[in-house]
Amino acid sequence: MAGRLAENVLHFARILRAAGIPIGTDKVIEASRALALAGVERRADWHATLAALFLTRHEQQAAFDQAFDVFWRDPALEEKMMGLLLPKARGRTPAPEADVSTRVAQALLPARARPPREDAPDEVTIDATLTFSPGERLRRLDFEQMTAAEWNEARAFIRRLELPVPRIATRRYEPSPAGGTPDLRAALRRLARDGGELVRLPRRRRREAAPPLVVLCDISGSMHRYTRMFLHFLHALVRDRSRVHAFLFGTRLTHVTRPLRGRDVDQAVKRVCDAVPDWAGGTRIGACLREFNWRWSRRVLGQNACVILLTDGLERDDTDGLGEETARLARACHRLVWLNPLLRFDGFEPTASGIRAMRPHVDAFRPMHNIHTLTDFARALSHPESSRRAA
Amino acid sequence: MSPASIDEVERLLAAGGYVAGRRLATAVFLALRLGRPLFLEGEAGVGKTELAKVLATTLGRPLVRLQCYEGLDVASAVYEWNVPRQMLAIRVAEASGTAAGGTLAKDLFSREFLVERPILKALEAGRDGAPAVLLVDELDRTDEPFEAYLLEVLSDFQVTIPELGAITSPAPPLVVLTSNRTREVHDAIKRRCLYHWVDYPSAERELEILARKAPEAAEALSREVVAFVQRLRGLDLFKAPGVAETIDWTRALMALDAVALDPDTVDDTLGVLLKYQDDIARLQGTEAAALVREIRARVGA
Repeated sequence: MAGRLAENVLHFARILRAAGIPIGTDKVIEASRALALAGVERRADWHATLAALFLTRHEQQAAFDQAFDVFWRDPALEEKMMGLLLPKARGRTPAPEADVSTRVAQALLPARARPPREDAPDEVTIDATLTFSPGERLRRLDFEQMTAAEWNEARAFIRRLELPVPRIATRRYEPSPAGGTPDLRAALRRLARDGGELVRLPRRRRREAAPPLVVLCDISGSMHRYTRMFLHFLHALVRDRSRVHAFLFGTRLTHVTRPLRGRDVDQAVKRVCDAVPDWAGGTRIGACLREFNWRWSRRVLGQNACVILLTDGLERDDTDGLGEETARLARACHRLVWLNPLLRFDGFEPTASGIRAMRPHVDAFRPMHNIHTLTDFARALSHPESSRRAA
Repeated sequence: MSPASIDEVERLLAAGGYVAGRRLATAVFLALRLGRPLFLEGEAGVGKTELAKVLATTLGRPLVRLQCYEGLDVASAVYEWNVPRQMLAIRVAEASGTAAGGTLAKDLFSREFLVERPILKALEAGRDGAPAVLLVDELDRTDEPFEAYLLEVLSDFQVTIPELGAITSPAPPLVVLTSNRTREVHDAIKRRCLYHWVDYPSAERELEILARKAPEAAEALSREVVAFVQRLRGLDLFKAPGVAETIDWTRALMALDAVALDPDTVDDTLGVLLKYQDDIARLQGTEAAALVREIRARVGA
């Protein structure tokens, strides 16, 4: 019986893995042990035991519950396993219930339940360049790929880039021969080593670190010409720095840190393109900031995080609430920096109502002129003087 | 002596005044039996820290608490050398003329001059007596370097001190880690733990909790309070009230001699329940009054 149990647990783990829950072999071995300890008489205990071992995030619970229900429901497990292993034997395996997610269904019945791929949502053909259509304008983007030379140049710039975000003193120390407070522990160690002679008192100071960054990037129609560049910028940031979270927003907010992770910039950008449903549509800055404040701020704004807001501030919705949401965002983070690339012409004045609503709450407002390439962008960030003339 | 079954864990926790669901009891049971750390994640005020405290009391083990914060370092989490005393020892040795030879350097880095901080204390607790319950509270507040350091502690229950070598725990403590999810804790940590998401309790269980934590409250009042709080959690609030807030609110209402909810009292005491001005401003007045009416109609019926 023990052998059968272990086998079933293993199979269940494989199904969960296919459904996107990462489970190491160590967990599977541990699970067989744990089930023997917890007892197998009660289904709820069984469920709780496997959940405690296999889950690492709250989000995985739903998929786990569904898979558990389907997998451990039928007492004729063996028959089901046969059905799983022999996908041709149709009708012998119970079809998953309607409320089982496609992901779990596919994981359970890999060869059978493969629903036709969802086609990309139809493009709404109303002209949305001047008006914000409430039905949202969903479309997919295809970015031309970057040449290697272009990319290398930009990467080099970004690595040296000084963001307009000051470094923060941490509570940890580093040796500092030039000055700082005496480091007694190091002094004693040296004393012990050198036999009581202390030539020079070791000193230490607080180490400074770049704060965590959260980048909120506007990808609406009015920002369209910059979008590709910003994606490359985000990719470089996420690759080169730790503690960066990237979000894109137009009419809705999408967290894109995960798709951006990955060595190859074009693959990463393609993954982002697939993940984001609202390219080059309208802008609802207020609503998106609200969504960020409500759903994300407490999860990503810890540890003195700084927020970089990349938007032209042109709000298509009415600007009610935009000021409040910006203020709330500013209160929740250490520093809110707004980079505004709207300057199509020199002498731009912040007259749009969205801009007037947001401007008072940001810690730094950085307008940028004539940005065409990532290198331009990096240069503008590093040398604020050159771009601040008109502001 | 650890509990022999999940039922026993349930009874144990109940004896300590903690109303745990079957799932949580299972996780605790497994943590004790498998010697794995228990990782509790959930909103603020749902009883994550309380669980560790109750476990320590009911199991008769010492509770060692490590409150995490950004920049927590080894000196305040694990151990520190008592440098002033070491200096003093050098002076004494010099004065008494015993400073010569290599023994002083060795003596200086002995246990005598080591200041134990929570983690080391928890590992050492098992040496003479019951193993400790180590509560690593609000792990999400620390930064990644400290998390990485915890990995060694959690997988091997050992601490390496350069001057002394590795110190291994004779009887590993029961480790309870909590997180409010202000950021995602790295998977490497979670992998080594049993994971449990502590959810808000159902109305029935919350009543049971109130009966234990605020036994003086009239049952009618408790019912209304729970119904009100449960209703609040369904609203789109910035921070929904936790169980801790429910208990506080009930006590606050009792202090005001309220026997039932009425709109004015609710308005005046909303600050006990909601901690964000946006939420308070939204509820105060008409919305709170409507909720009270709705709940009185439902509970009274």
